[in-house]
Amino acid sequence: MSKARLMQGNEACTEGALAAGVRFFGGYPITPSTEIAETMAKKLPQYGGTFIQMEDEIASMGVVLGASLAGKKALTASSGPGISLKQELIGYAAAAEIPVVIVNVQRVGPSTGQPTAPSQGDVMQARWGTHGDHPMIALSPWSVKEAFDTAVMAVNYSERFRTPVILLMDEIVGHLREKVELPDAAELDIYPRRQPSCTRAEGYQPYAPAEDLVPNVADFGTGNRIHVTGLIHDETGFPVGNPKITREAIDRLHQKIAIAADEITHVEEYCMDDAEYAVVAFGGTARTAYEAVLQARAKGIKVGMVRLITIWPFADKAIKALAAKVKGILVTELNYGQLVGEVERAVAGKCDVKLCAKYDMTIFEPEEILSDIEALAGGKA
Amino acid sequence: MERSYEKYFRQNRLPHLWCPGCGNGIAMKAIVKAIEMKGLDQNKTVIVSGIGCSSRASGYMDFDTVHTAHGRAIPFATGIKMANPELNVIVITGDGDCTAIGGNHFIHGCRRNVDLTVILFDNNIYGMTGGQASPMTPTGKKATTAPYGAVDHAFDACKLAEAAGATYVARSTAYHVQHLTDLIAKGMDNKGFSFIEAMVQCPTSFGRKNKMADPAAMMMWMRDNAVMKAAWDKLPEEKKTGDKFPIGVLYEASDIDYATAYDHVIDLAGGAGK
Amino acid sequence: MRKQIRLSGSGGQGVITAAIIYAEAAVAEGWEAVQSQSYGPEARGGASKSEVIIDKEPIYHPHVSVPDVVLAMTQKAADKYHADLHEDGILVLDTDLVPEPPKCKNVIRIPITKLAVEEVGKSLFANIVALGALTKIIGLVDLESVKTAVSHRVPPHTIDQNMKALQLGYDAVK
Repeated sequence: MSKARLMQGNEACTEGALAAGVRFFGGYPITPSTEIAETMAKKLPQYGGTFIQMEDEIASMGVVLGASLAGKKALTASSGPGISLKQELIGYAAAAEIPVVIVNVQRVGPSTGQPTAPSQGDVMQARWGTHGDHPMIALSPWSVKEAFDTAVMAVNYSERFRTPVILLMDEIVGHLREKVELPDAAELDIYPRRQPSCTRAEGYQPYAPAEDLVPNVADFGTGNRIHVTGLIHDETGFPVGNPKITREAIDRLHQKIAIAADEITHVEEYCMDDAEYAVVAFGGTARTAYEAVLQARAKGIKVGMVRLITIWPFADKAIKALAAKVKGILVTELNYGQLVGEVERAVAGKCDVKLCAKYDMTIFEPEEILSDIEALAGGKA
Repeated sequence: MERSYEKYFRQNRLPHLWCPGCGNGIAMKAIVKAIEMKGLDQNKTVIVSGIGCSSRASGYMDFDTVHTAHGRAIPFATGIKMANPELNVIVITGDGDCTAIGGNHFIHGCRRNVDLTVILFDNNIYGMTGGQASPMTPTGKKATTAPYGAVDHAFDACKLAEAAGATYVARSTAYHVQHLTDLIAKGMDNKGFSFIEAMVQCPTSFGRKNKMADPAAMMMWMRDNAVMKAAWDKLPEEKKTGDKFPIGVLYEASDIDYATAYDHVIDLAGGAGK
Repeated sequence: MRKQIRLSGSGGQGVITAAIIYAEAAVAEGWEAVQSQSYGPEARGGASKSEVIIDKEPIYHPHVSVPDVVLAMTQKAADKYHADLHEDGILVLDTDLVPEPPKCKNVIRIPITKLAVEEVGKSLFANIVALGALTKIIGLVDLESVKTAVSHRVPPHTIDQNMKALQLGYDAVK
C-alpha cells in the first residue's frame, strides 16, 4: 500500500521534528502555528516525550532551553507576536550554545496584524530579532513534504552547531494540505546530541571548541557539573570581563557557522540552464513564482527560478553566480521588501534587481508575478 | 578546619562578589547545608538562577548550574525537571527576579506544582543595579527609583505562592540561619513546588538609603521582628503590627506534582517505557 | 485533467472538513491534491472558504484560479464566490440557504441542510450531504473512496449517519 497521504504543513513539521528526535515541546497557542502544539500534545506522550503548555511565549522559550540542557531535543513553535516575545531567550540560546528549534509560521504584522493571513514579513526578524552580534540559521520550506524535511534539518543543525535554528514557515505552507510520502525513520540521517570528549578528571572544559569550533557541552546530570550562562564566558563556561576573550567568543560563534556555510546553504534551481532572467523566491511564494515562470516560458521568455531553502546564512555565493549569468533578477516576497536588500548586496550592481512585493493578506496570483517578469524582460520574449 | 560542606563550592570561583555584610552568602550556605543534610547526589542536583545579586550564587556552587535570563529561572527549571525528573532542581532567585519580571512564571510554577525547591533571597531591593525599588520594597522605604519612599504596596511572596498552588511555603531570615537551613531541607522533602523566602540584609543598596547601613543592626531587626509561626498564630490581630512578620512553615498541602501527573498522560497515550 | 473546486459557506458549516475529506479520497486514489482555506479570525460565523485542486501532475500555485465547481452554503458565500466560475462550470447551492441564486449557466440547487435535518436528524451533517452531491457532480473520485475517507475522519459512533448523509447527497443529484 502506498504511504501517500494528505497532510497539513504544520503537521508535517511536527512529524519531521519527532523523526529527528525531538522529545520535548513547550509552547503557547497562537494562530497560525497552533496545529503544531496540538499535534505535539497528542503525539509526544506516545513517544514517552513531554508536551507542556506554558503561561506565555517567554516561558515557552525558557522551558525548551531547560529541557535541552537536561538532554532532550527540544522545539517550540509560534508566530508574529510570540516570536517577538521569544527574542531575548533566542539570544540566550545563541550565547550559551543550547540546541533548540523555533518554528515561526509567519502571519501578517506588525503587531497583531492579520492573524489568519499569510506573510513572509519576518525574514529580517529571523536574522536580527535578538540583540547583539550572533549568527543565525533559518530554513524556509515551500511544500508540505519540505516542511517535514526542513524540520529534520533544523533539529540536526541545532544539535550539530549547538545553536538556535529558526524554521521560517509561512501560513501558506503551514495550513496547506497536500499529498506527501514521508520517509521511513531508517532513511533519515539524525545528528545525535554531542557528548564530552573527555572526563572531568581529564580536564574537561564544557565550552572548549572541538575541531569544528562547536563545544561539546555536557548534558546536566552526567556528572560534569558545568556552569551555563548568558554572560560572555571562556572555555570553562564561567563569565569573564576581558576584551580579548569577549572578541574571541563572539568570533567563534560566527565562525562555527561560517565555516560550514556552503554545506548548510541550500538553494534549488528551476529552468535555469538557458535562463537570461531569474526569479528569486522562497517558502510558499515560490510555488506561485514557479507557476509564473512556467507561464513566462510558454510565452518564450528565458526565465528560471532560484529558490532559497536556507534563508540564513544568506546564499551569497549562489546569488553572486546568478548575477554573473543573468540580465535581471526579480525578487518575489510576501512583504514590503526584505530579502531584496540582501540580493542587491550580493548582486552588487552586476545586473538589474527588481522587487515584486505583496503585503495585503492575500498570496500572489501567478499573473502578478508574470507581468513583473515580462516587465523585467523588457516586455518582449 | 575542614568544613564538610566546602565540597559543594567551586573553590576557584570564590571569593564571591557580594558586598561586606550582605546576607546572600548566609542563604547560599544554608542551601548547601540542606543539600548535605538530605544527602542529595551532587551529580544529580541542578542549581538554576535568574539575574541579580542572589542569582550569582549558582556560579559558586559545584553542581550543574545555569545562570538564566532575568526572571526566567522557573521556566528553565521546569524544563530541566520535566526532561529528567530524576534530577533535584533548586532555584535561586531574588525579589525583583521572582516577583517582578518573573512574576508570571512564579505563579504558574506554583500552579503546576512542579517538583522544584525555590529559594527567594529577599533583600527588598535591586542590589546589582544599585538600589532600585522592587515589588518587595516595603511601602515608604527609599530606593534610587523611589527617592520619596516607595508608593507601591509590597508583595507578600509567601501568600502569593500559597494562593497560586505551591504545596510548601516557608519563610526565615539570615539571622535564623539554622532555622532557615531546616526549612530549606524540609522543602527538599516535599515532592512538589516548595517555596522558601529567605530574608537577607542588603546594607549597601537598601540599608544605606533607609538608615540601616549597619548589617548587624539589620540582622537585629530580623531577630526582633520575626515571630515563629506558632506564636504568630496566637498573636491577637492588633499585635500583628509594625514590622512584625511570621517565620516558619507557613503553608503545607499534599498534591500530585507535575511530572507524576504527566506520567499518567504518557500512560494514557501508550508511551510508557519509550 | 485539472479539477478546481471551491467550497464556501459560513464558519461552522463544515465546508473545510468536506474539502479535506474530498482531497483525502483523491490522494487515496493516487491523484495529486492540495487543499487550502481562508477564514476570518473567528472560529464560528465568519465567512469560510476552502479550495481543492486535483491533478495527475504536480500542483504548485495552491489557489484555485478558475473553479470548475463552486459550492455555496449561504447566500453571502454564493454572491461572493461564484463570479470567477469557469464558463462551463457548475454552481452548487443549498436551496433554502441561497434563496436568490446568482445568474449562472449551470446551477444545481439541492436542499442540502434540509436533507441533513429531516433525513439524518441534524444540520451538522449538511457538509457530508454536500460532499455526496459534489462527488456525483465532479465525477472524478469514486463514491467508495469518499466513503472510506469519511469513515476515517468522523467520530466512530457517527459513521452510520455520515454514510447516510453522503448517500443522500449523492442521490439528490439527478
